[in-house]
Amino acid sequence: MSDFYFPLEEWTNSFVNEWLLPTMGDFFDQVSDILGLFVDGVTDGLIFIPTIILTLIVAGLSLWLSGKGLAVFTIIGAIYLVSVDLWPEAMQTMAIVIVATLLSIIIGVPIGILSSKNETIYKIVRPVLDFMQTLPSFVYLIPAILLFGLGGVPAVMSTFIFATPPAVRMTNLGIRQVPEDMVEASRAFGSTPWQLLFKVELPMALQTIMAGINQTIMLALSMAVIASMIGAPGLGSVVLSGISNVNVGLGLTGGLGIVVLAIIVDRLTQGIGEKL
Amino acid sequence: MNNKIEVEHLTKIFGSKPEEGLKQLEEGKSKDEILENTGMTVGVKEASFSVKEGEIFVIMGLSGSGKSTLIRLVNRLIDPTAGRVMIDGEDLTTMDNQTLLETRRAKLGMVFQKFGLFPFRTILNNVEYGLEIQGVPKEEREQEARKAIDDVGLKGYEKQYPSQLSGGMQQRVGLARALANDTDILLMDEAFSALDPLIRQEMQDELIDLQEKLNKTVLFITHDLDEALKLGDRIAIMKDGEIVQVGTAEEILDNPANDYVSSFVKDVDRSKVLEASNVMKIPEVTASFRDGPRMAIRKMKESNMSSIFVTGKNKHLMGLLTIDDAIHVHQNNESMETVLKNDFPRTAPDTQLKDLIAVASDAKYPITVVEDGKLLGLISRASILSGLVFGQEQETEHEEVHA
Repeated sequence: MSDFYFPLEEWTNSFVNEWLLPTMGDFFDQVSDILGLFVDGVTDGLIFIPTIILTLIVAGLSLWLSGKGLAVFTIIGAIYLVSVDLWPEAMQTMAIVIVATLLSIIIGVPIGILSSKNETIYKIVRPVLDFMQTLPSFVYLIPAILLFGLGGVPAVMSTFIFATPPAVRMTNLGIRQVPEDMVEASRAFGSTPWQLLFKVELPMALQTIMAGINQTIMLALSMAVIASMIGAPGLGSVVLSGISNVNVGLGLTGGLGIVVLAIIVDRLTQGIGEKL
Repeated sequence: MNNKIEVEHLTKIFGSKPEEGLKQLEEGKSKDEILENTGMTVGVKEASFSVKEGEIFVIMGLSGSGKSTLIRLVNRLIDPTAGRVMIDGEDLTTMDNQTLLETRRAKLGMVFQKFGLFPFRTILNNVEYGLEIQGVPKEEREQEARKAIDDVGLKGYEKQYPSQLSGGMQQRVGLARALANDTDILLMDEAFSALDPLIRQEMQDELIDLQEKLNKTVLFITHDLDEALKLGDRIAIMKDGEIVQVGTAEEILDNPANDYVSSFVKDVDRSKVLEASNVMKIPEVTASFRDGPRMAIRKMKESNMSSIFVTGKNKHLMGLLTIDDAIHVHQNNESMETVLKNDFPRTAPDTQLKDLIAVASDAKYPITVVEDGKLLGLISRASILSGLVFGQEQETEHEEVHA
């Protein structure tokens, strides 16, 4: 081993403990409170809706957006979740996925638009996205605990960071792929930059952006499960307790629940993309 | 007449340091030298011309001549490096963004080579785009759009999407979109180049009609000299980013400014002297007078025709026999000579093709090519038009067949 030691660990710790938490702590607490209310609201809302009605709504959407197959699958999946007594856990997981995905879209799509318009921004954003996607997802959990404590909120934050890159990338790609003659036509008739964006570029890029959002949702679902390690409620915590108790049956029951959610959510969002 | 568009010493240099390229340009360096010295590409070099109100002004050049850049400088889709563009006496190059937008909306319509239609919008919504972004109320802009769609002959297609239309129809939509804004000036960037030859001819004719009806000022870009000669009140010829000659078709044909222009003109002359004999087809089926009406009826039936040319000795053309007349004389046992028609156009084999266009569009029957009373061949309307468009190629094909 060399004598040279790079104290990244110590620096990071002192940065977080001596500067970030004392100066920004209140801010993070407030964000945490607001997000917490939001996550709880969505969870309560999903659990409040009677199981049968929610199932029928999603099955109806499946029928419209995808087809008979998915509608039947949705009903079977719901029956499964109820019969293994995991319905509330499934709704908790979905609440984290929904809130994190909304955050990803609200922040990711505008960044994608900016990086498609400005090469400098794109050059800065690209390595950040690479970093976000290649860093092991567990690493996000540690600062999330420090900044937001335990529970649903740090789960949403780490999920949001993990799931945003596809939304940014695909928005950027979709807008760059709009044919030059359409952009020129729009400009030649006197469109403002906003009109060009909303009347031509975004509609043209919509399918690509939807493919990115589909990826975002799938990543969010996988991260919401991992986030059970920092106390996020839901199907992930069922699997986690299966692991810690070496309970194969419990692990499988929760794992199957995640698969059911993943398939429904994936096909539904793909269906939206194709409908557009 | 007023000048609608005035372009003065317009220069565009592409690259990161256009000023350096501009300096070298002023020192008299050539396009290639500047590219080698600085890496800058000269797109347009010191272009000056003016377009009068109600004129069709054609800029003609081969690919890479800078003509597409030039037309984009005229409405500032590309910002010029130096020089001025005056639209109705106002300098476009120094306008702030808001004034530029308003000028584009009020004065400059544009039609694109690849149409540039929005695939997610219906034809009606495509055509009303220009009005929509100006905030014109829905009913009013729909009314304008429908009128423009009507003008280009696409009534009934309002609810369709661009992908449901043929290329020619899509470009009519592109034209309607530009017309709906009711701008005085139409910029047309190789507007008909992507269309097949017969549709292109049709669109050219319609553009001329529309221009006469609506009195638009048209700046038309093309790489096709025939198109330029047909449409242009005046023509500018571009090479390597420079305008090498501006003038009427006659001026350019009679007095080419340099070798480059004259090499084009040479090609034109050749296609201009294309004669009737070059495009005529040898008639596949004719009836012989000696064989009588019964044989003529059989030949018409076999080849599914409703009339047939009747020849005598040595292919001497005697007249045209219709199926009705043939049956009549056959049943009544009359002589065929009494019913032969002679109201079809005749022409000599050395007639120039361009003189036959009017004849062909009026005639009910094909034009007969006759020499010393002998029937040499037939010419249809389509073969004249394709002869004019493909003149050169067809000649070579002809030779190959003989060889």
